[in-house]
Amino acid sequence: MDKIIGTLNGTPFTMGETLLQFSYLLAALLFVYGLKLLSHPETARRGNIIAGAGMLLAMISTMFLHKNADGQGIALTNIWIIIISIGIGTVLGWYIARTVKMTAMPQLVSFFNATGGLASALVALLEFPHADIHDVRLVLVTLLGLVIGSIAFSGSMIAYGKLDGKIKDIRAGIMKYVNIALLILVLAIFVYMLVSGKNTSELSWELYVLFGVSLLYGVLFVMPIGGADMPVVISLLNSFTGIAAAMAGFIYNNQAMILGGILVGAAGSILTVLMCNAMNRSLLNVIVGAFGGGPSSAEAEGGTMKEITLSDASILLSYSQNVVIIPGYGLAVAQAQHVCHEFDQLLASKGVNVRYAIHPVAGRMPGHMNVLLAEADVPYSQLVEMDDINPDMPNTDVAVVIGANDTVNTAAIDDPGSPIAGMPIIHAHEAKNIIVMKRGRGKGYAGIENQLFFGEKTRLLFGNAKDSLQALVSEIKSL
Amino acid sequence: MEQILVYFYTYKEVIFVIALSIFLGIEVISHVPSVLHTPLMSGANAISGVIIIGGIILVGHADTSHISTELVLGVFAIIFATLNVAGGFVVTDRMLEMFKKKKK
Repeated sequence: MDKIIGTLNGTPFTMGETLLQFSYLLAALLFVYGLKLLSHPETARRGNIIAGAGMLLAMISTMFLHKNADGQGIALTNIWIIIISIGIGTVLGWYIARTVKMTAMPQLVSFFNATGGLASALVALLEFPHADIHDVRLVLVTLLGLVIGSIAFSGSMIAYGKLDGKIKDIRAGIMKYVNIALLILVLAIFVYMLVSGKNTSELSWELYVLFGVSLLYGVLFVMPIGGADMPVVISLLNSFTGIAAAMAGFIYNNQAMILGGILVGAAGSILTVLMCNAMNRSLLNVIVGAFGGGPSSAEAEGGTMKEITLSDASILLSYSQNVVIIPGYGLAVAQAQHVCHEFDQLLASKGVNVRYAIHPVAGRMPGHMNVLLAEADVPYSQLVEMDDINPDMPNTDVAVVIGANDTVNTAAIDDPGSPIAGMPIIHAHEAKNIIVMKRGRGKGYAGIENQLFFGEKTRLLFGNAKDSLQALVSEIKSL
Repeated sequence: MEQILVYFYTYKEVIFVIALSIFLGIEVISHVPSVLHTPLMSGANAISGVIIIGGIILVGHADTSHISTELVLGVFAIIFATLNVAGGFVVTDRMLEMFKKKKK
Protein backbone atom coordinates (compact mmCIF):
# COMPACT_ATOMS: atom_id res chain seq x y z
CA MET A 1 0.00 0.00 0.00
CA ASP A 2 2.87 2.35 0.67
CA LYS A 3 4.34 1.75 -2.75
CA ILE A 4 4.77 4.98 -4.65
CA ILE A 5 3.07 4.55 -7.99
CA GLY A 6 3.46 7.98 -9.51
CA THR A 7 3.92 11.71 -9.00
CA LEU A 8 1.51 14.63 -9.40
CA ASN A 9 2.92 18.17 -9.67
CA GLY A 10 6.14 16.84 -8.23
CA THR A 11 4.50 15.16 -5.22
CA PRO A 12 4.70 11.38 -5.16
CA PHE A 13 1.57 9.44 -4.30
CA THR A 14 1.12 5.90 -3.08
CA MET A 15 -1.07 2.98 -3.98
CA GLY A 16 -3.06 3.45 -0.73
CA GLU A 17 -3.82 7.10 -1.40
CA THR A 18 -5.00 6.27 -4.88
CA LEU A 19 -7.23 3.46 -3.67
CA LEU A 20 -8.68 5.74 -0.98
CA GLN A 21 -9.62 8.40 -3.52
CA PHE A 22 -11.04 5.73 -5.78
CA SER A 23 -13.21 4.36 -2.97
CA TYR A 24 -14.46 7.91 -2.27
CA LEU A 25 -15.48 8.23 -5.90
CA LEU A 26 -17.31 4.93 -5.66
CA ALA A 27 -19.00 5.98 -2.41
CA ALA A 28 -20.11 9.27 -3.96
CA LEU A 29 -21.57 7.41 -6.95
CA LEU A 30 -23.36 5.01 -4.63
CA PHE A 31 -24.88 7.97 -2.75
CA VAL A 32 -26.19 9.50 -5.96
CA TYR A 33 -27.48 6.21 -7.30
CA GLY A 34 -29.04 5.29 -3.96
CA LEU A 35 -30.80 8.61 -3.70
CA LYS A 36 -32.03 8.24 -7.27
CA LEU A 37 -33.54 4.83 -6.50
CA LEU A 38 -35.02 6.20 -3.28
CA SER A 39 -37.23 8.51 -5.27
CA HIS A 40 -39.21 5.70 -6.91
CA PRO A 41 -41.56 3.46 -4.91
CA GLU A 42 -40.44 0.17 -6.51
CA THR A 43 -36.74 0.72 -6.03
CA ALA A 44 -36.69 2.77 -2.84
CA ARG A 45 -35.62 0.02 -0.48
CA ARG A 46 -32.73 -1.06 -2.69
CA GLY A 47 -31.69 2.59 -2.98
CA ASN A 48 -31.48 2.92 0.76
CA ILE A 49 -29.27 -0.15 1.04
CA ILE A 50 -27.02 1.02 -1.81
CA ALA A 51 -26.50 4.41 -0.16
CA GLY A 52 -25.72 2.58 3.08
CA ALA A 53 -23.15 0.42 1.29
CA GLY A 54 -21.50 3.59 -0.03
CA MET A 55 -21.21 4.87 3.51
CA LEU A 56 -19.71 1.64 4.77
CA LEU A 57 -17.14 1.64 1.97
CA ALA A 58 -16.10 5.22 2.72
CA MET A 59 -15.79 4.45 6.44
CA ILE A 60 -13.69 1.32 6.05
CA SER A 61 -11.34 2.72 3.43
CA THR A 62 -10.77 5.88 5.50
CA MET A 63 -9.93 3.81 8.53
CA PHE A 64 -7.31 1.70 6.77
CA LEU A 65 -5.97 3.96 4.02
CA HIS A 66 -6.11 7.52 5.32
CA LYS A 67 -2.82 9.29 5.87
CA ASN A 68 -2.26 12.68 7.49
CA ALA A 69 -0.12 15.46 6.04
CA ASP A 70 3.04 13.79 7.40
CA GLY A 71 2.17 10.63 5.53
CA GLN A 72 1.29 8.71 8.66
CA GLY A 73 -1.52 6.17 8.62
CA ILE A 74 -3.97 5.53 11.43
CA ALA A 75 -2.32 3.60 14.28
CA LEU A 76 -3.77 0.35 15.52
CA THR A 77 -4.79 1.79 18.92
CA ASN A 78 -6.71 4.54 17.15
CA ILE A 79 -8.37 2.03 14.86
CA TRP A 80 -9.63 0.13 17.88
CA ILE A 81 -10.96 3.30 19.47
CA ILE A 82 -12.74 4.14 16.21
CA ILE A 83 -14.20 0.64 15.82
CA ILE A 84 -15.47 0.64 19.41
CA SER A 85 -17.05 4.09 18.96
CA ILE A 86 -18.70 3.01 15.74
CA GLY A 87 -19.87 -0.16 17.47
CA ILE A 88 -21.53 1.82 20.26
CA GLY A 89 -23.20 4.18 17.79
CA THR A 90 -24.39 1.35 15.55
CA VAL A 91 -25.89 -0.73 18.35
CA LEU A 92 -27.60 2.31 19.85
CA GLY A 93 -28.85 3.63 16.53
CA TRP A 94 -30.03 0.23 15.38
CA TYR A 95 -31.80 -0.42 18.66
CA ILE A 96 -33.56 2.96 18.69
CA ALA A 97 -34.53 2.72 15.01
CA ARG A 98 -35.94 -0.79 15.43
CA THR A 99 -37.82 -0.39 18.70
CA VAL A 100 -39.37 3.07 18.51
CA LYS A 101 -43.03 2.94 17.63
CA MET A 102 -43.86 3.73 14.03
CA THR A 103 -46.08 6.60 15.12
CA ALA A 104 -43.04 8.29 16.69
CA MET A 105 -41.39 8.46 13.26
CA PRO A 106 -41.31 12.29 12.92
CA GLN A 107 -39.54 12.64 16.27
CA LEU A 108 -37.09 9.91 15.39
CA VAL A 109 -36.10 11.45 12.07
CA SER A 110 -35.53 14.75 13.88
CA PHE A 111 -33.45 13.06 16.55
CA PHE A 112 -31.14 11.37 14.06
CA ASN A 113 -30.81 14.65 12.21
CA ALA A 114 -29.76 16.29 15.47
CA THR A 115 -26.99 13.75 16.09
CA GLY A 116 -25.57 14.34 12.61
CA GLY A 117 -25.58 18.10 13.19
CA LEU A 118 -23.81 17.69 16.53
CA ALA A 119 -21.14 15.47 14.98
CA SER A 120 -20.46 18.14 12.35
CA ALA A 121 -20.27 20.85 14.99
CA LEU A 122 -17.84 18.78 17.10
CA VAL A 123 -15.57 18.04 14.14
CA ALA A 124 -15.44 21.76 13.27
CA LEU A 125 -14.84 22.67 16.92
CA LEU A 126 -11.86 20.31 17.13
CA GLU A 127 -10.39 21.17 13.73
CA PHE A 128 -10.48 24.93 14.18
CA PRO A 129 -7.37 25.22 16.41
CA HIS A 130 -5.36 23.35 13.75
CA ALA A 131 -6.34 25.72 10.97
CA ASP A 132 -3.98 28.44 9.78
CA ILE A 133 -5.73 31.78 10.33
CA HIS A 134 -4.28 33.09 7.08
CA ASP A 135 -6.03 30.33 5.16
CA VAL A 136 -9.28 32.30 5.00
CA ARG A 137 -11.10 29.61 3.07
CA LEU A 138 -10.31 26.95 5.66
CA VAL A 139 -11.22 29.18 8.60
CA LEU A 140 -14.44 30.18 6.88
CA VAL A 141 -15.66 26.66 6.14
CA THR A 142 -14.70 25.45 9.62
CA LEU A 143 -16.66 28.22 11.31
CA LEU A 144 -19.59 27.78 8.94
CA GLY A 145 -19.59 24.05 9.72
CA LEU A 146 -19.65 24.87 13.42
CA VAL A 147 -22.46 27.40 13.19
CA ILE A 148 -24.70 25.44 10.79
CA GLY A 149 -24.07 22.12 12.55
CA SER A 150 -24.92 23.64 15.95
CA ILE A 151 -28.12 25.23 14.66
CA ALA A 152 -29.12 21.94 13.02
CA PHE A 153 -28.43 20.10 16.28
CA SER A 154 -30.25 22.31 18.77
CA GLY A 155 -33.03 23.12 16.30
CA SER A 156 -33.66 19.44 15.60
CA MET A 157 -33.66 18.64 19.31
CA ILE A 158 -36.35 21.27 19.87
CA ALA A 159 -38.30 19.92 16.87
CA TYR A 160 -37.93 16.46 18.43
CA GLY A 161 -39.28 17.75 21.74
CA LYS A 162 -42.22 19.44 20.05
CA LEU A 163 -43.17 16.43 17.97
CA ASP A 164 -42.94 14.29 21.06
CA GLY A 165 -45.22 16.68 22.90
CA LYS A 166 -42.54 17.56 25.45
CA ILE A 167 -42.11 21.17 24.36
CA LYS A 168 -44.87 23.66 23.70
CA ASP A 169 -44.75 26.40 21.07
CA ILE A 170 -43.72 29.78 22.34
CA ARG A 171 -45.12 32.42 20.08
CA ALA A 172 -44.33 35.74 21.69
CA GLY A 173 -43.98 38.65 19.29
CA ILE A 174 -40.67 39.60 20.85
CA MET A 175 -39.06 36.32 19.72
CA LYS A 176 -38.72 37.72 16.23
CA TYR A 177 -36.45 40.52 17.46
CA VAL A 178 -34.51 38.28 19.85
CA ASN A 179 -33.81 35.91 16.95
CA ILE A 180 -32.65 38.67 14.65
CA ALA A 181 -30.42 40.03 17.41
CA LEU A 182 -28.91 36.57 17.98
CA LEU A 183 -28.28 36.09 14.30
CA ILE A 184 -26.47 39.42 14.18
CA LEU A 185 -24.44 38.37 17.23
CA VAL A 186 -23.43 35.13 15.48
CA LEU A 187 -22.31 37.11 12.45
CA ALA A 188 -20.44 39.63 14.60
CA ILE A 189 -18.44 36.96 16.45
CA PHE A 190 -17.83 35.24 13.14
CA VAL A 191 -16.42 38.34 11.50
CA TYR A 192 -14.44 39.25 14.60
CA MET A 193 -12.71 35.87 14.57
CA LEU A 194 -11.81 36.30 10.92
CA VAL A 195 -10.33 39.79 11.25
CA SER A 196 -8.94 39.77 14.81
CA GLY A 197 -5.49 38.85 13.57
CA LYS A 198 -5.11 36.35 16.41
CA ASN A 199 -4.02 32.81 15.73
CA THR A 200 -6.72 30.16 15.67
CA SER A 201 -5.32 28.49 18.80
CA GLU A 202 -5.70 31.80 20.67
CA LEU A 203 -9.34 32.10 19.71
CA SER A 204 -10.64 29.21 21.80
CA TRP A 205 -12.71 31.46 24.07
CA GLU A 206 -14.41 33.10 21.07
CA LEU A 207 -14.87 29.69 19.47
CA TYR A 208 -16.88 28.35 22.40
CA VAL A 209 -18.96 31.52 22.59
CA LEU A 210 -19.78 31.12 18.90
CA PHE A 211 -20.71 27.49 19.54
CA GLY A 212 -22.96 28.48 22.45
CA VAL A 213 -24.69 31.35 20.67
CA SER A 214 -25.33 29.17 17.61
CA LEU A 215 -26.88 26.49 19.80
CA LEU A 216 -29.08 29.10 21.44
CA TYR A 217 -30.11 30.47 18.06
CA GLY A 218 -31.14 26.98 16.93
CA VAL A 219 -33.35 26.64 20.00
CA LEU A 220 -35.02 30.01 19.64
CA PHE A 221 -35.40 29.74 15.88
CA VAL A 222 -37.50 26.57 16.08
CA MET A 223 -39.29 27.50 19.30
CA PRO A 224 -42.04 29.69 17.80
CA ILE A 225 -42.65 27.41 14.81
CA GLY A 226 -45.17 24.66 15.18
CA GLY A 227 -48.11 22.78 13.86
CA ALA A 228 -48.57 22.82 10.11
CA ASP A 229 -45.21 24.55 9.68
CA MET A 230 -43.28 21.63 11.15
CA PRO A 231 -42.79 19.85 7.78
CA VAL A 232 -41.02 22.95 6.47
CA VAL A 233 -38.73 23.26 9.48
CA ILE A 234 -37.86 19.58 9.51
CA SER A 235 -36.82 19.55 5.89
CA LEU A 236 -34.91 22.80 6.39
CA LEU A 237 -32.97 21.40 9.35
CA ASN A 238 -32.29 18.29 7.30
CA SER A 239 -30.67 20.38 4.60
CA PHE A 240 -28.63 22.25 7.27
CA THR A 241 -27.10 18.99 8.48
CA GLY A 242 -26.13 18.18 4.91
CA ILE A 243 -24.51 21.58 4.40
CA ALA A 244 -22.65 21.28 7.71
CA ALA A 245 -21.26 17.90 6.60
CA ALA A 246 -20.21 19.43 3.27
CA MET A 247 -18.36 22.20 5.14
CA ALA A 248 -16.45 19.56 7.06
CA GLY A 249 -15.73 17.95 3.71
CA PHE A 250 -13.99 21.17 2.65
CA ILE A 251 -11.83 21.04 5.80
CA TYR A 252 -10.46 17.66 4.75
CA ASN A 253 -10.78 18.28 1.02
CA ASN A 254 -12.79 15.10 0.98
CA GLN A 255 -14.89 14.75 -2.17
CA ALA A 256 -17.19 12.04 -0.76
CA MET A 257 -18.12 14.27 2.18
CA ILE A 258 -18.56 17.33 -0.03
CA LEU A 259 -20.74 15.53 -2.53
CA GLY A 260 -22.76 13.63 0.07
CA GLY A 261 -23.33 16.76 2.13
CA ILE A 262 -24.33 18.94 -0.79
CA LEU A 263 -26.66 16.25 -2.16
CA VAL A 264 -28.48 16.16 1.16
CA GLY A 265 -28.44 19.94 1.36
CA ALA A 266 -29.99 20.21 -2.10
CA ALA A 267 -32.54 17.47 -1.43
CA GLY A 268 -33.56 19.09 1.86
CA SER A 269 -33.87 22.47 0.20
CA ILE A 270 -36.14 21.11 -2.52
CA LEU A 271 -38.34 19.43 0.03
CA THR A 272 -38.46 22.71 1.97
CA VAL A 273 -39.55 24.57 -1.16
CA LEU A 274 -42.16 21.88 -1.94
CA MET A 275 -43.60 22.20 1.55
CA CYS A 276 -43.64 26.00 1.34
CA ASN A 277 -45.41 25.84 -2.02
CA ALA A 278 -47.97 23.46 -0.56
CA MET A 279 -48.87 26.22 1.85
CA ASN A 280 -48.41 29.08 -0.61
CA ARG A 281 -46.05 30.78 1.83
CA SER A 282 -42.48 31.92 1.58
CA LEU A 283 -39.78 30.38 3.72
CA LEU A 284 -39.20 33.72 5.44
CA ASN A 285 -42.88 33.88 6.27
CA VAL A 286 -42.70 30.46 7.92
CA ILE A 287 -39.58 31.29 9.90
CA VAL A 288 -40.82 34.65 11.09
CA GLY A 289 -44.14 32.97 11.83
CA ALA A 290 -46.94 35.14 10.52
CA PHE A 291 -49.66 32.62 11.36
CA GLY A 292 -52.14 33.37 14.07
CA GLY A 293 -51.81 37.08 13.36
CA GLY A 294 -54.60 39.47 12.52
CA PRO A 295 -58.21 38.27 12.30
CA SER A 296 -59.41 37.29 8.87
CA SER A 297 -62.27 39.16 7.30
CA ALA A 298 -64.52 36.10 7.22
CA GLU A 299 -64.12 35.38 10.88
CA ALA A 300 -67.17 37.29 11.99
CA GLU A 301 -69.59 35.27 9.88
CA GLY A 302 -69.46 31.97 11.73
CA GLY A 303 -72.79 30.18 11.72
CA THR A 304 -73.96 27.00 13.30
CA MET A 305 -72.30 23.63 13.13
CA LYS A 306 -74.72 20.82 12.44
CA GLU A 307 -74.04 17.53 14.16
CA ILE A 308 -74.78 14.11 12.75
CA THR A 309 -75.79 11.01 14.67
CA LEU A 310 -73.76 7.82 14.32
CA SER A 311 -76.64 5.93 12.71
CA ASP A 312 -77.25 8.66 10.13
CA ALA A 313 -73.56 8.78 9.34
CA SER A 314 -73.27 5.02 8.95
CA ILE A 315 -76.30 4.83 6.65
CA LEU A 316 -75.03 7.73 4.55
CA LEU A 317 -71.61 6.12 4.20
CA SER A 318 -72.81 2.57 3.57
CA TYR A 319 -75.04 3.62 0.69
CA SER A 320 -72.45 5.82 -1.01
CA GLN A 321 -70.52 4.93 -4.13
CA ASN A 322 -67.51 7.15 -3.69
CA VAL A 323 -66.03 8.09 -0.34
CA VAL A 324 -62.88 10.14 0.11
CA ILE A 325 -61.17 10.18 3.48
CA ILE A 326 -59.14 13.32 4.19
CA PRO A 327 -56.79 12.66 7.09
CA GLY A 328 -54.95 15.29 9.08
CA TYR A 329 -52.80 15.58 12.16
CA GLY A 330 -55.80 14.73 14.36
CA LEU A 331 -55.67 11.18 12.99
CA ALA A 332 -52.04 10.87 14.06
CA VAL A 333 -52.67 12.37 17.49
CA ALA A 334 -55.54 9.99 18.16
CA GLN A 335 -53.46 7.05 16.79
CA ALA A 336 -56.55 6.17 14.81
CA GLN A 337 -54.81 4.84 11.68
CA HIS A 338 -55.60 1.17 12.37
CA VAL A 339 -59.28 1.67 13.09
CA CYS A 340 -59.39 4.01 10.10
CA HIS A 341 -58.19 1.19 7.87
CA GLU A 342 -60.78 -1.11 9.43
CA PHE A 343 -63.33 1.57 8.59
CA ASP A 344 -62.27 1.81 4.94
CA GLN A 345 -62.19 -1.97 4.52
CA LEU A 346 -65.64 -2.28 6.00
CA LEU A 347 -67.00 0.28 3.55
CA ALA A 348 -65.15 -1.41 0.67
CA SER A 349 -66.80 -4.70 1.61
CA LYS A 350 -70.12 -2.94 1.09
CA GLY A 351 -69.08 -1.97 -2.41
CA VAL A 352 -68.03 1.59 -1.62
CA ASN A 353 -65.03 2.98 -3.49
CA VAL A 354 -62.87 4.42 -0.69
CA ARG A 355 -59.81 6.57 -1.32
CA TYR A 356 -57.60 8.76 0.81
CA ALA A 357 -56.80 12.33 -0.21
CA ILE A 358 -53.35 13.34 0.98
CA HIS A 359 -52.41 16.99 1.33
CA PRO A 360 -48.64 17.57 1.06
CA VAL A 361 -48.41 19.29 4.45
CA ALA A 362 -50.96 17.16 6.33
CA GLY A 363 -49.31 16.09 9.56
CA ARG A 364 -46.03 17.19 11.04
CA MET A 365 -43.41 16.10 8.54
CA PRO A 366 -43.26 15.70 4.78
CA GLY A 367 -45.22 12.58 3.87
CA HIS A 368 -46.41 12.01 7.44
CA MET A 369 -49.88 10.72 6.47
CA ASN A 370 -48.39 8.23 4.02
CA VAL A 371 -46.17 6.67 6.65
CA LEU A 372 -48.97 6.67 9.20
CA LEU A 373 -51.43 4.92 6.89
CA ALA A 374 -48.79 2.53 5.57
CA GLU A 375 -48.23 1.43 9.15
CA ALA A 376 -51.90 0.49 9.30
CA ASP A 377 -51.49 -1.53 6.05
CA VAL A 378 -53.47 0.83 3.85
CA PRO A 379 -52.26 0.02 0.30
CA TYR A 380 -50.57 3.02 -1.19
CA SER A 381 -52.56 2.73 -4.39
CA GLN A 382 -55.44 3.95 -2.25
CA LEU A 383 -53.60 7.13 -1.28
CA VAL A 384 -54.22 9.87 -3.82
CA GLU A 385 -52.33 13.14 -3.99
CA MET A 386 -54.21 16.41 -3.72
CA ASP A 387 -53.90 17.46 -7.36
CA ASP A 388 -55.14 14.08 -8.57
CA ILE A 389 -58.15 13.83 -6.30
CA ASN A 390 -59.45 17.39 -6.60
CA PRO A 391 -61.02 16.94 -10.07
CA ASP A 392 -62.92 13.94 -8.63
CA MET A 393 -64.31 15.73 -5.62
CA PRO A 394 -67.62 16.82 -7.23
CA ASN A 395 -68.35 13.13 -7.94
CA THR A 396 -67.66 12.17 -4.38
CA ASP A 397 -70.70 11.22 -2.30
CA VAL A 398 -69.10 11.71 1.07
CA ALA A 399 -65.86 13.42 2.04
CA VAL A 400 -64.81 12.27 5.49
CA VAL A 401 -62.50 14.82 7.09
CA ILE A 402 -60.62 13.22 9.98
CA GLY A 403 -58.63 15.59 12.12
CA ALA A 404 -57.80 17.91 9.23
CA ASN A 405 -58.66 21.58 9.23
CA ASP A 406 -56.51 24.13 7.43
CA THR A 407 -55.90 21.76 4.51
CA VAL A 408 -59.64 21.83 3.67
CA ASN A 409 -60.33 25.44 4.64
CA THR A 410 -62.23 27.17 1.83
CA ALA A 411 -60.99 30.54 3.08
CA ALA A 412 -57.84 29.71 1.13
CA ILE A 413 -59.87 30.00 -2.07
CA ASP A 414 -62.51 32.61 -1.45
CA ASP A 415 -61.16 34.94 1.23
CA PRO A 416 -58.25 37.01 -0.08
CA GLY A 417 -57.83 38.56 3.37
CA SER A 418 -57.22 35.23 5.06
CA PRO A 419 -53.71 34.35 6.28
CA ILE A 420 -53.93 31.14 4.26
CA ALA A 421 -55.28 32.80 1.09
CA GLY A 422 -53.92 31.05 -1.98
CA MET A 423 -52.85 27.90 -0.16
CA PRO A 424 -53.82 24.88 -2.28
CA ILE A 425 -56.44 22.82 -0.45
CA ILE A 426 -58.30 19.57 -0.93
CA HIS A 427 -61.71 20.51 -2.32
CA ALA A 428 -63.76 18.74 0.33
CA HIS A 429 -66.47 21.39 -0.04
CA GLU A 430 -67.23 20.16 -3.56
CA ALA A 431 -68.31 16.72 -2.34
CA LYS A 432 -72.03 16.01 -2.12
CA ASN A 433 -71.83 15.43 1.62
CA ILE A 434 -69.12 16.19 4.11
CA ILE A 435 -68.64 14.51 7.46
CA VAL A 436 -66.10 16.19 9.70
CA MET A 437 -64.63 14.39 12.69
CA LYS A 438 -63.00 16.75 15.11
CA ARG A 439 -62.29 16.90 18.78
CA GLY A 440 -64.07 20.15 19.54
CA ARG A 441 -65.28 23.36 18.07
CA GLY A 442 -61.81 24.88 18.08
CA LYS A 443 -59.92 26.35 15.18
CA GLY A 444 -57.03 24.75 13.32
CA TYR A 445 -53.36 25.48 13.85
CA ALA A 446 -53.58 28.64 11.80
CA GLY A 447 -56.28 29.92 14.15
CA ILE A 448 -58.66 30.64 11.31
CA GLU A 449 -62.38 29.89 11.31
CA ASN A 450 -63.21 27.22 8.75
CA GLN A 451 -66.35 27.96 6.72
CA LEU A 452 -66.47 24.36 5.54
CA PHE A 453 -67.61 23.32 9.02
CA PHE A 454 -70.63 25.60 8.82
CA GLY A 455 -71.62 24.64 5.27
CA GLU A 456 -75.04 23.37 4.24
CA LYS A 457 -73.69 19.94 3.25
CA THR A 458 -71.47 19.53 6.29
CA ARG A 459 -72.25 17.43 9.33
CA LEU A 460 -69.99 17.12 12.34
CA LEU A 461 -69.09 14.17 14.50
CA PHE A 462 -67.42 15.46 17.65
CA GLY A 463 -64.93 13.47 19.65
CA ASN A 464 -61.52 11.88 19.49
CA ALA A 465 -60.97 10.46 15.99
CA LYS A 466 -60.26 6.97 17.28
CA ASP A 467 -63.43 6.81 19.40
CA SER A 468 -65.58 8.27 16.63
CA LEU A 469 -64.22 5.82 14.06
CA GLN A 470 -64.62 2.89 16.41
CA ALA A 471 -68.21 3.83 17.15
CA LEU A 472 -68.85 4.31 13.46
CA VAL A 473 -67.35 0.92 12.59
CA SER A 474 -69.56 -0.91 15.07
CA GLU A 475 -72.57 1.06 13.92
CA ILE A 476 -71.96 0.13 10.27
CA LYS A 477 -71.44 -3.52 11.24
CA SER A 478 -74.80 -3.61 13.00
CA LEU A 479 -76.65 -2.18 10.01
CA MET B 1 -13.63 41.50 -9.92
CA GLU B 2 -10.16 40.23 -10.59
CA GLN B 3 -10.02 38.84 -7.07
CA ILE B 4 -13.17 36.82 -7.63
CA LEU B 5 -11.68 35.37 -10.79
CA VAL B 6 -8.45 34.53 -8.97
CA TYR B 7 -10.49 32.83 -6.27
CA PHE B 8 -12.46 30.93 -8.86
CA TYR B 9 -9.32 29.71 -10.61
CA THR B 10 -7.64 28.69 -7.36
CA TYR B 11 -10.58 26.57 -6.26
CA LYS B 12 -11.96 25.62 -9.64
CA GLU B 13 -12.14 21.87 -8.93
CA VAL B 14 -14.11 22.37 -5.73
CA ILE B 15 -16.42 24.88 -7.36
CA PHE B 16 -17.12 22.39 -10.14
CA VAL B 17 -17.95 19.71 -7.61
CA ILE B 18 -20.29 22.04 -5.70
CA ALA B 19 -22.10 23.31 -8.76
CA LEU B 20 -22.61 19.85 -10.21
CA SER B 21 -23.64 18.32 -6.87
CA ILE B 22 -26.32 20.94 -6.36
CA PHE B 23 -27.64 20.33 -9.85
CA LEU B 24 -27.47 16.58 -9.32
CA GLY B 25 -29.29 16.82 -6.00
CA ILE B 26 -32.09 18.84 -7.54
CA GLU B 27 -32.36 16.57 -10.59
CA VAL B 28 -32.33 13.35 -8.61
CA ILE B 29 -34.92 14.44 -6.07
CA SER B 30 -37.42 16.50 -8.02
CA HIS B 31 -40.74 14.90 -8.94
CA VAL B 32 -40.70 12.60 -5.95
CA PRO B 33 -44.21 11.29 -5.19
CA SER B 34 -45.38 12.48 -1.79
CA VAL B 35 -45.63 8.85 -0.65
CA LEU B 36 -41.85 8.87 -0.50
CA HIS B 37 -41.26 12.25 1.14
CA THR B 38 -40.60 10.80 4.56
CA PRO B 39 -38.35 7.88 3.52
CA LEU B 40 -36.44 10.14 1.14
CA MET B 41 -35.86 12.72 3.84
CA SER B 42 -34.82 10.06 6.29
CA GLY B 43 -32.53 8.35 3.76
CA ALA B 44 -30.92 11.68 2.83
CA ASN B 45 -30.56 12.36 6.52
CA ALA B 46 -28.58 9.14 6.90
CA ILE B 47 -26.27 10.22 4.06
CA SER B 48 -25.55 13.46 5.92
CA GLY B 49 -23.94 11.18 8.50
CA VAL B 50 -21.01 11.13 6.04
CA ILE B 51 -19.48 13.51 8.60
CA ILE B 52 -18.39 10.27 10.25
CA ILE B 53 -15.40 10.28 7.88
CA GLY B 54 -14.35 13.54 9.51
CA GLY B 55 -14.67 11.91 12.92
CA ILE B 56 -12.60 8.93 11.81
CA ILE B 57 -9.82 11.15 10.45
CA LEU B 58 -9.88 13.25 13.61
CA VAL B 59 -9.69 10.37 16.06
CA GLY B 60 -7.43 8.41 13.73
CA HIS B 61 -4.65 10.94 14.02
CA ALA B 62 -5.29 11.95 17.62
CA ASP B 63 -2.65 11.37 20.29
CA THR B 64 -3.73 8.32 22.30
CA SER B 65 -0.91 8.41 24.84
CA HIS B 66 -3.17 10.32 27.22
CA ILE B 67 -6.85 11.19 27.34
CA SER B 68 -7.32 14.63 25.80
CA THR B 69 -10.39 16.75 25.12
CA GLU B 70 -9.75 16.20 21.45
CA LEU B 71 -9.85 12.44 21.82
CA VAL B 72 -12.97 12.41 24.00
CA LEU B 73 -14.95 14.87 21.86
CA GLY B 74 -13.72 13.06 18.73
CA VAL B 75 -15.06 9.77 20.06
CA PHE B 76 -18.38 11.48 20.76
CA ALA B 77 -18.40 12.88 17.23
CA ILE B 78 -17.98 9.34 15.85
CA ILE B 79 -20.69 7.94 18.12
CA PHE B 80 -23.17 10.66 17.18
CA ALA B 81 -22.37 10.40 13.49
CA THR B 82 -22.82 6.61 13.60
CA LEU B 83 -26.15 7.08 15.37
CA ASN B 84 -27.14 9.26 12.42
CA VAL B 85 -25.88 6.78 9.83
CA ALA B 86 -27.03 3.49 11.36
CA GLY B 87 -30.26 4.85 12.80
CA GLY B 88 -31.06 6.73 9.61
CA PHE B 89 -30.59 3.81 7.24
CA VAL B 90 -32.32 1.30 9.53
CA VAL B 91 -35.33 3.49 10.15
CA THR B 92 -35.65 4.23 6.43
CA ASP B 93 -35.54 0.54 5.69
CA ARG B 94 -38.20 -0.10 8.30
CA MET B 95 -40.44 2.51 6.75
CA LEU B 96 -39.95 1.16 3.23
CA GLU B 97 -40.55 -2.39 4.39
CA MET B 98 -43.93 -1.19 5.57
CA PHE B 99 -44.72 0.26 2.16
CA LYS B 100 -43.52 -2.89 0.47
CA LYS B 101 -45.63 -5.51 2.16
CA LYS B 102 -48.95 -4.14 1.00
CA LYS B 103 -48.01 -3.85 -2.63
CA LYS B 104 -49.53 -7.24 -3.31
